[in-house]
Amino acid sequence: MSNRLSGPMPDVSGEAGYIDHPERVGFFTDTTVCIGCKACEVACKEWNLVPETGLELTGMSYDNTGELNANTWRHVAFVEQRVPAERAPADLAPPGPPSPRGALGDGEETRWLMSSDVCKHCTHAACLDVCPTGAIFRTEFGSVVIQDDVCNGCGYCIPACPYGVIGQRPGDGGAFKCTLCYDRLGDGLEPACAKACPTDSIQYGPLDELRERAQARVDDLHAAGVTEARLYGHDDNDGVGGAGAFFLLLDEPEAYGMPPDPVVTTRDLPSMWRWAGAAALTLLGCAAASFVGGKR
Amino acid sequence: MAECHPVGFQWVVEAKQRGATVIHVDPRFTRTSALADLHVPIRAGADIAFLGGLINHVLRNGLDFREYVTAYTNAAAIVHEEFADTEDLDGLFSGFDADTASYDPTSWSYAGAAAEAAAGLREEQFEPITLHRNAARSDEFGSGGPVVHAKPERDETLQHPMCVYQVLKRHYARYTPEMVEEVCGIPKELFARVADAITRNSGRDRTTAWAYSVGWTQHTVGVQYIRAAAILQLLLGNIGRSGGGILALRGHASIQGSTDIPTLFNILPGYLPMPHAHQHESLEDYLERAAGATGFWGNKRSYMVSLLKAWFGDAATPDNDFCFGYLPRLTGDHGTYRTVMDQIDGKVNGYFLVGENPAVGSAHGKLQRLGMANLDWLVVRDFSLIESATFWKDGPEVATGEMRSEDVGTEVFFLPAAAHVEKDGTFTNTQRLLQWHHKAVEPSGDRRSDLWFYYHLGRRIREKLAGSTDPRDRPILDLTWDYPTEGPNDEPSADAVLREINGYGPDGEPLKGYTQLADDGSTSCGTWVYSGCYADGVNQTARRKPGDEQSWVAPEWAWAWPLNRRIIYNRASADPEGRPWSERKAYVWWDPQANGGRGEWTGHDNPDFEKSKPPDYVPPEGAKAQDALAGVDPFIMQTDGKAWLYAPTGLADGPLPTHYEPQESPFTNPLYGQGSNPTRQVFPRPENPYNPVGSEIFPYVFTTYRLTEHHTAGGMSRSLPYLSELQPEMFCEVSPELAAERGLAHGEWATIVTARTAIEARVLVTDRIRTLRVQGRRVHQVGLPYHWGWRGISTGDPANDLLPVVLDPNVHIQESKVATCDIRPGPRPRGRALLAFIEGYRRRADEEKQ
Amino acid sequence: MTGERPMVPEGEFRSYYGRPIIKPPVWKSPDVPLYFFVGGLSGASAVMAGLAEATSRPRLARVGRWGAAAGALAGAGALIHDLGRPERFLNMLRVLKPTSPLSVGSWLLASFGSLAGAAAASDASGLVPRAGRAAGFGAAALGPAVSTYTAVLVADTAVPAWHDGRAFLPFVFAGSSAASAGGLCLLGVPPGECGPARRVAALGAALELGAGQAMERKLGTVGEVYREGKAGRFMTAARVLTAAGAAGTLVSGRSRALSALSGAALLAGSLCIRFGVFEAGYASARDPRHTVVSQRPFRS
Ligand SMILES: Nc1nc2c(c(=O)[nH]1)N[C@H]1C(S)=C(S)[C@@H](COP(=O)(O)OP(=O)(O)OC[C@H]3O[C@@H](n4cnc5c(=O)[nH]c(N)nc54)[C@H](O)[C@@H]3O)O[C@H]1N2
Ligand SMILES: Nc1nc2c(c(=O)[nH]1)N[C@H]1C(S)=C(S)[C@@H](COP(=O)(O)OP(=O)(O)OC[C@H]3O[C@@H](n4cnc5c(=O)[nH]c(N)nc54)[C@H](O)[C@@H]3O)O[C@H]1N2
Ligand code: SF4
Ligand code: SF4
Ligand code: SF4
Ligand code: SF4
Ligand code: SF4
Ligand SMILES: [Mo]
Repeated sequence: MSNRLSGPMPDVSGEAGYIDHPERVGFFTDTTVCIGCKACEVACKEWNLVPETGLELTGMSYDNTGELNANTWRHVAFVEQRVPAERAPADLAPPGPPSPRGALGDGEETRWLMSSDVCKHCTHAACLDVCPTGAIFRTEFGSVVIQDDVCNGCGYCIPACPYGVIGQRPGDGGAFKCTLCYDRLGDGLEPACAKACPTDSIQYGPLDELRERAQARVDDLHAAGVTEARLYGHDDNDGVGGAGAFFLLLDEPEAYGMPPDPVVTTRDLPSMWRWAGAAALTLLGCAAASFVGGKR
Repeated sequence: MAECHPVGFQWVVEAKQRGATVIHVDPRFTRTSALADLHVPIRAGADIAFLGGLINHVLRNGLDFREYVTAYTNAAAIVHEEFADTEDLDGLFSGFDADTASYDPTSWSYAGAAAEAAAGLREEQFEPITLHRNAARSDEFGSGGPVVHAKPERDETLQHPMCVYQVLKRHYARYTPEMVEEVCGIPKELFARVADAITRNSGRDRTTAWAYSVGWTQHTVGVQYIRAAAILQLLLGNIGRSGGGILALRGHASIQGSTDIPTLFNILPGYLPMPHAHQHESLEDYLERAAGATGFWGNKRSYMVSLLKAWFGDAATPDNDFCFGYLPRLTGDHGTYRTVMDQIDGKVNGYFLVGENPAVGSAHGKLQRLGMANLDWLVVRDFSLIESATFWKDGPEVATGEMRSEDVGTEVFFLPAAAHVEKDGTFTNTQRLLQWHHKAVEPSGDRRSDLWFYYHLGRRIREKLAGSTDPRDRPILDLTWDYPTEGPNDEPSADAVLREINGYGPDGEPLKGYTQLADDGSTSCGTWVYSGCYADGVNQTARRKPGDEQSWVAPEWAWAWPLNRRIIYNRASADPEGRPWSERKAYVWWDPQANGGRGEWTGHDNPDFEKSKPPDYVPPEGAKAQDALAGVDPFIMQTDGKAWLYAPTGLADGPLPTHYEPQESPFTNPLYGQGSNPTRQVFPRPENPYNPVGSEIFPYVFTTYRLTEHHTAGGMSRSLPYLSELQPEMFCEVSPELAAERGLAHGEWATIVTARTAIEARVLVTDRIRTLRVQGRRVHQVGLPYHWGWRGISTGDPANDLLPVVLDPNVHIQESKVATCDIRPGPRPRGRALLAFIEGYRRRADEEKQ
Repeated sequence: MTGERPMVPEGEFRSYYGRPIIKPPVWKSPDVPLYFFVGGLSGASAVMAGLAEATSRPRLARVGRWGAAAGALAGAGALIHDLGRPERFLNMLRVLKPTSPLSVGSWLLASFGSLAGAAAASDASGLVPRAGRAAGFGAAALGPAVSTYTAVLVADTAVPAWHDGRAFLPFVFAGSSAASAGGLCLLGVPPGECGPARRVAALGAALELGAGQAMERKLGTVGEVYREGKAGRFMTAARVLTAAGAAGTLVSGRSRALSALSGAALLAGSLCIRFGVFEAGYASARDPRHTVVSQRPFRS
């Protein structure tokens, strides 16, 4: 049981019962080349007919979307930072080090990080685990999809997701999130967001290939002196057994609004049931004891 | 570029990953800066000082690519000794006439060639010299440049004090790093890094490219910005070579196409100049006066006659000058801003707005609206009721009481337009690629394509005129107006139009290219530069072979004009002997073995040179057209085959780019007594007041720009929920210092004020806007996106209402990238109170002057 | 709204503009805390009823039975009302998923509710008394699970205040259930027959309070949410009421009024603690610091 609830799982679709299934696919989002154009956000909404989210100027840099939610399946974060100018002045003779920074003077630099977030299509997906209706299922591609016609809006998946991906659609009651464009994959198309991404910040493909590519990219960046480059969600041994959508970041995940070390909540479910069992027995014991002691 | 050309920016990202260094020069830290290696913040309107500084760096340190410069540019040409530089005349070139605020360029010409050039120009004296400028005659030379003597005196050692190289060196000698810092606010160290990076990355083995868009063009010195970049690139040997060039990142999806087949008043398709009244009575006059006899423009007759054949078909004969007389003639400036003034002055009756929203998108919105309110009729063809169609009932002037709907006599016709997915056609992109798009759906309801509109409008007019004997109706009746139509709406065939543009030979077969054009009327061609786009009867523009299935030049993706050539002037990618400058940069070269030992130009691209003209070809005396160019003259559209570091004629504001302050600036010009471009086009009229230079009332610089999330005047983005929600409100960007100085709070309202009006915007306080140190003072810049108007899903005040109308003298582009303003916290006054508020500012500015 | 910020804010303590990392639940109040309360009450009541039945305490048994049935019914009502698409509540029984406490709980509640309902119906109608008794015993058997599974329900989320309290919440809920069921009996049964109820209540209250304290200590920084704001007020009220109720049961003796008062206090205390836990979860979900801290305790 414990292996099925957490830890590496090389064949997610197989575990889900698909006998003959395609390779697991996913996203590698290289945020170092994201230009914050939000084409991914718009393409997703266009393809999936996701409703508008409202006209609010948030004041959060150029991010007026705010978060992933029922009506936002891709969300581009904009992080404006003032950082110490720690790196020696870049030698601009080629090959120049990729350093997305602008000098502010006084030993400070400004940098503007952009990152397009999405459902992680977790190896161990809490949303799927906790869904009581079976509305959420694992596809043959290894992705995690909500069937709208089954979902009864119980809302359990929403706090269960360690990444805060799912939301409830106002006026509808159902839970919604990225489908990894299930309807496109079946036709051999790549997801709409990846298709629209001009700089290939969003890369779609077989997960194994993506992980190799990502590692190579990190190595390149490190070699070029961008020591802060790191992968996020690529590791099978992490709390969700590795994400189907993983990222290359230039700062701690929480700076982008992502959890630093998420764990699929159901990893602890056996222990939770045990504690609950013990509590239930305690309850029974207390009651029994109360009845045993004395007639009145 | 990341903001406005995100799809094109993918190649920058790829280049960066392959080791390219990316430098971004912009007053603001944008999404482009975020991915660049280096961001260079600059005061808006100061780039000539910056580029001049780079030119000076190259010249002073002898870093130019000397072999390229001597062979391929006019560096060695000797300039007329009467020429006086801005260094001598404190900011003016010789020939300035203060009364007309324009130049007589006679003294700018080459020594030796002077007599001849002057003779040509003497004709000009018969008319007020301003006409030369006002008719945008600098464009008249098309891409070929004006006539100059093909053989100026030269000093190949570049030592002659009046040779272009030395003139250039003197002109920029004072553009030192210190001066750059003083003018642009760019610290010396930062400047040094840029200077070092671009020079190290140029030469035989490496090339540097400059990409620009309207941050460089929308200035009273816009043309000279680009000239400055051209000089720098030529000195470094970066033109005509792969990885080099000056890339104009163009605007609307097919704005390049609408310059090739122009929507401009002063050129005809293929950059043929529009004929001028009085001067160009006959075809002969036209060709004689304006054509360069040497270089490829020497074939102008073929291009023009073939165009007239395409338009007037059998009616165009040698006997009637091929109907040249039918063409309209210029009498002066007929540009958009001149027209707006004429509207206000009651000189314009009707106006077509086809894919344009000037009530929001053009400088000085109020002038635009006042002009349109003074017409008899206005036709608006657009997707939705844009501001320009409704200003008479809901515009800002209605709110202030300056305009009452019942007083507006303009009859407005709104005709819904079909979008590009609802019609066939081409887009010509920024890289000169014609790309065919297929209709995806029939236009719904009353929507019709613009092609449909014009075709059927023309058809109906011709029906009305049928049988007329009035000679003034002949041009319309003689037009070839016979496109096949198809589908439920009788849509004219865009394919047939493209074929017409490509042109037909005597046998009625599609031409293979413009080299087949004849001047005797046996060929027809709608746009000579596009000839070949339908070669072999195949729609070449519809080709979509993926890049990984062909060579890296990807010649089979769409079709580039001219002749599917991806880099023009690519003869310059080889040395004078025809060998690649380096193996790494080999692009086009002379292969002596080819063609049975006679030799031939070959390479990765289609050589932009006569295939069999050997590098050692020397033109015989009296040769014409391309035959007059030597085997070492790569710039084949120029009369002398050379690229011009110095422009002896053709520009209204001088042969060399010079730093002038913008019309509105907090600063005087630290380089010269002359502040702004002396030939800039101003419109001194009460509706168009300018903020005084150095005003304390308007102490801040503002610039306007685009956001990725919106498109231009907003008609296509503020009407869509998915885009509106991404940038839901008009905002202004300010630095923390300015916010502190003016008490502006992040997220709250601010009012931005100029002598024209005040607008309100939400405040974004951000480190991305830098306060710069210029001339020893701190200068604050305010950033304003210009997408908003009062209609649509997301509404806001138009930034353009703040701007005055002041134009570049060469191409009449408005200075919308820089002006001065005040900014204060809180929303703006409403109704009449707004007028009183502005009046107060104007009064104080007037008092300040005294 | 953003006025107080001086400028485009840098992420404070490395959060994204102070935005939550995880999504707070969309469960409605009072539906869901009420459901936790009545669910717990009905489960423990069923146990009481069963034991009373077995030990021939008819009045106690009856109150327990009715408490169980009414609680189950109200609970189901609250649960359905909370659904985003209530018309599809039956989809809960589309599958049985051991990984979903809500699925397990739905089946549990459905079975328990049927049994408790049958027991109550038989009691009311006097029909099929044997079957009714059997149903009552069945409900009693399921009762403890019904009382505690809701703790797993909340703990099996990414909400730090819940998930990190997973070892304690079942005991808090068990204690609270016992206290409330005891309280109900104190209200509905004459003091003379209330001995077991009193003891159940007191033991439950002790368990609730003890487990609650232990949890807050264990949670560290995340535990703040149980002390602050709305949740803090509910938790304090719960503690006061439960302690008072427990004390009352022990001293009320034969006073019907005092006994009833104690019962009411216990019920109210139990209700408050469900609201407290509920609100604490929301508060911790909304605060990105908690998510970060619970995943990177060394950083805080
Ligand atoms: N998303 C989007 N894309 C577009 C458009 C759009 O509206 N939206 N419009 C299209 C059109 S029509 C056009 S013409 C292009 C325009 O494309 P761009 O020219 O890239 O667009 P802008 O944002 O107007 O201006 C570019 C930059 O110039 C900077 N700038 C202002 N003044 C100066 C100056 O004096 N010197 C320098 N170096 N920089 C300065 C501004 O800060 C701004 O960042 O974009 C096209 N693409
Ligand atoms: N302050 C300031 N002002 C500027 C600029 C700036 O940088 N700063 N930039 C300038 C520049 S570069 C430009 S290009 C202009 C743009 O200014 P405009 O051209 O006035 O503005 P757009 O919103 O692009 O207007 C194009 C209209 O064409 C419609 N349209 C689209 N496709 C079709 C079609 O197929 N047929 C027809 N009939 N209509 C169609 C769209 O709905 C839209 O309303 O703004 C200029 N103004
Ligand atoms: S990220 Fe969240 S919503 Fe997506 S699969 Fe994982 S748990 Fe489910
Ligand atoms: S809200 Fe819908 S998808 Fe989410 S857990 Fe409940 S039934 Fe499943
Ligand atoms: S994969 Fe499809 S559904 Fe998911 S974010 Fe991308 S476009 Fe949207
Ligand atoms: S489309 Fe690509 S580049 Fe644009 S915001 Fe999304 S991820 Fe970034
Ligand atoms: S909007 Fe069109 S033209 Fe502009 S970048 Fe996107 S695809 Fe290219
Ligand atoms: Mo443009």
